[in-house]
Amino acid sequence: MSFLQINELHKSFGATHILKGINLEIEEGGFLVLVGPSGCGKSTLLNTIAGLEPITSGEIRINGNQVNDLHPSKRDIAMVFQSYALYPNMTVGQNIAFGMEIRGVPKAERDKAIADVANLLQIGHLLDRKPSQLSGGQRQRVAMGRALVRDPQVFLFDEPLSNLDAKLRIDMRTEIKRLHQRMKTTIVYVTHDQIEAMTLATKIAVLKDGLLQQFGTPAEIYNDPVNMFVADFMGSPAMNLVPATIVTEGNKLAVKLDRGERQPILLPLSGGPAGLSAYNGKKVIFGIRPEALTDPDGADRNASQLATADCHIEVVEPAGSDTFAVTALGGKHVVARLRADANVKPGTTTPLAFNLTKAVFFDPESQNRIS
Amino acid sequence: MSVPSQDNAARTGIFARAIIYSALILFAIYYLLPLYVMLVNSLKPLDEIRQGNMLSLPQQWTFEPWRSAWSTAQIGVSPTGLKPYFLNSIMMVAPAVALSTILGALNGYVLTKWRFKGDNLVFGLMLLACFIPFQIVLIPSARILGILGLAGSIPGLILIHMVYGLGFTTLFFRNYYEAFPTELIRAAQIDGASFFQIFRRILLPSSGPIIVVTVIWQFTNIWNDFLFGSSFSSVDSIPITVALNNLVNSSTGVKEYNVHFAGAILAALPTLIVYIVSGRYFVRGLMAGAVKG
Ligand SMILES: Nc1ncnc2c1ncn2[C@@H]1O[C@H](COP(=O)(O)OP(=O)(O)OP(=O)(O)O)[C@@H](O)[C@H]1O
Ligand SMILES: [Mg+2]
Repeated sequence: MSFLQINELHKSFGATHILKGINLEIEEGGFLVLVGPSGCGKSTLLNTIAGLEPITSGEIRINGNQVNDLHPSKRDIAMVFQSYALYPNMTVGQNIAFGMEIRGVPKAERDKAIADVANLLQIGHLLDRKPSQLSGGQRQRVAMGRALVRDPQVFLFDEPLSNLDAKLRIDMRTEIKRLHQRMKTTIVYVTHDQIEAMTLATKIAVLKDGLLQQFGTPAEIYNDPVNMFVADFMGSPAMNLVPATIVTEGNKLAVKLDRGERQPILLPLSGGPAGLSAYNGKKVIFGIRPEALTDPDGADRNASQLATADCHIEVVEPAGSDTFAVTALGGKHVVARLRADANVKPGTTTPLAFNLTKAVFFDPESQNRIS
Repeated sequence: MSVPSQDNAARTGIFARAIIYSALILFAIYYLLPLYVMLVNSLKPLDEIRQGNMLSLPQQWTFEPWRSAWSTAQIGVSPTGLKPYFLNSIMMVAPAVALSTILGALNGYVLTKWRFKGDNLVFGLMLLACFIPFQIVLIPSARILGILGLAGSIPGLILIHMVYGLGFTTLFFRNYYEAFPTELIRAAQIDGASFFQIFRRILLPSSGPIIVVTVIWQFTNIWNDFLFGSSFSSVDSIPITVALNNLVNSSTGVKEYNVHFAGAILAALPTLIVYIVSGRYFVRGLMAGAVKG
């Protein structure tokens, strides 16, 4: 049974409809990551789960109990705010203990809990400082500590790492993952960071304009996006989305990619999604991730459908571990990810291998996946 | 090349500074002169003042005028000095300031952190209170004090001053709390703190500067008020400002200027002390409000 369940959740601020029927569920100990462009309603969704914003209609259940009308303090959740929200007039220790103090936990027990959490987060030496005397990363850890000391049913994290520098972010990300593996508490986590989403989540929910676009495991979201928005949103560099035409070659379907005055590329398909035959002779959007478009030597040898075509390389971007090459297909720039030592030069023509097992197709009108 | 020009710069610096400082000193003298006159003349016997030179130091120093102003001078009909009225003022000002500050803080808290439908309208109406001239509310106030049975009493004066100050104190606190991060309130809610716990434990400890501003503002206004004091007081609730007027205007006998000066200083002393003690915070609080609000 799912532990946190959200059914047909609607939320309006006055006349503005923000969340438009969200359905989500996560099992106990799961890690749900909410992603989506700015202003799509992620924080609003988190706040409704916390009970900080009343919902307009729908239902929120935690551990089987409906919590719609429960006060935030009664929902047994702990939240880490994007801005940390540390009480400025209290020391780190008092900040961590405030919730317990309000709930009347005896002093000795509080001190023990503070010591445990401080030990876990390595902030023991900071307990007597005020938040203003801490660095960003230290504040972050105190904010985490205030939540962790509670041992709630659900943790809510709203972009907790967004204010940190790149290095600290990666450290904290690992830290959160380790904590989750150890505590096994259900977590709902908002982030803008693709990698955070992919590495932490057991389930990802992609939101856009208050509508749930796709809900699934990171692999599902990444490999089987349901529409062009999800395909484009997840992954960095983003998936190549190229206008193409489905044609018949022999008795098989093939993808035809125009290249202006150059000869079009024909990629024969064996298998492919069943729905594609209905698009014979029609335009589709051909989606292929940069890592599925590579130099023939670096291509996945186990791929069942590998097609090679000569491509004109326009730009080469060495990025250390990989080299990215940009070519033009169907009037779009298309990024290919090659081995770091691949011998490609801008302005030359080189064969590229298309791993068609990983390719996806979208209807250009509805933008939905053709399956 | 650079040496002479530096020299020049230094010289113009000194020159500009000299002008600025002389202007400042001039203004300081201008403002301090009345205080000086009051002080020296309050320490002279009356004869010396009559001889003419207001600016000279006393030839014969005496504290008699101060003693007289404090405890024996004729105020209206009774020779009590300013002392009982000073105490009246204290008993009026302290609760009025405390109550209007606390209520203003609560108003500001509700108007920014517990928003409700029409909150801005309520705030607008409260703001309006700041612009209503005292004279307009005199008769309605008198009527209400009468109905409440508070006419002519110190509690009645406290009520009037509290209500009248509420517009200002609410404005101060609302603008200050507007900039206070709402996420802190939410965090405290999740921690289980109640409405008043959040106010007392989270908001108030961060309100130092604005409390100082409000207290100074309310204290000076209420202490210095004359109109309400003269309109709504009776014999045993007269505040010091009205008593000072009665002292100066007592028609019997000679005009004891030295006693008048001493009395005026006595009446001004509490506000002076408040400014000297907390003036630094006042400026800081105003600045904080300006930047954040
Ligand atoms: N109190 C409010 N009143 C009216 N509209 C609001 C309120 N809070 C948020 N909104 C609107 O709701 C929408 C969603 O806001 P929300 O903060 O949930 O976005 P978000 O997905 O968290 O964005 P970001 O990634 O930038 O944090 C926005 O368009 C915002 O303007
Ligand atoms: Mg947000």
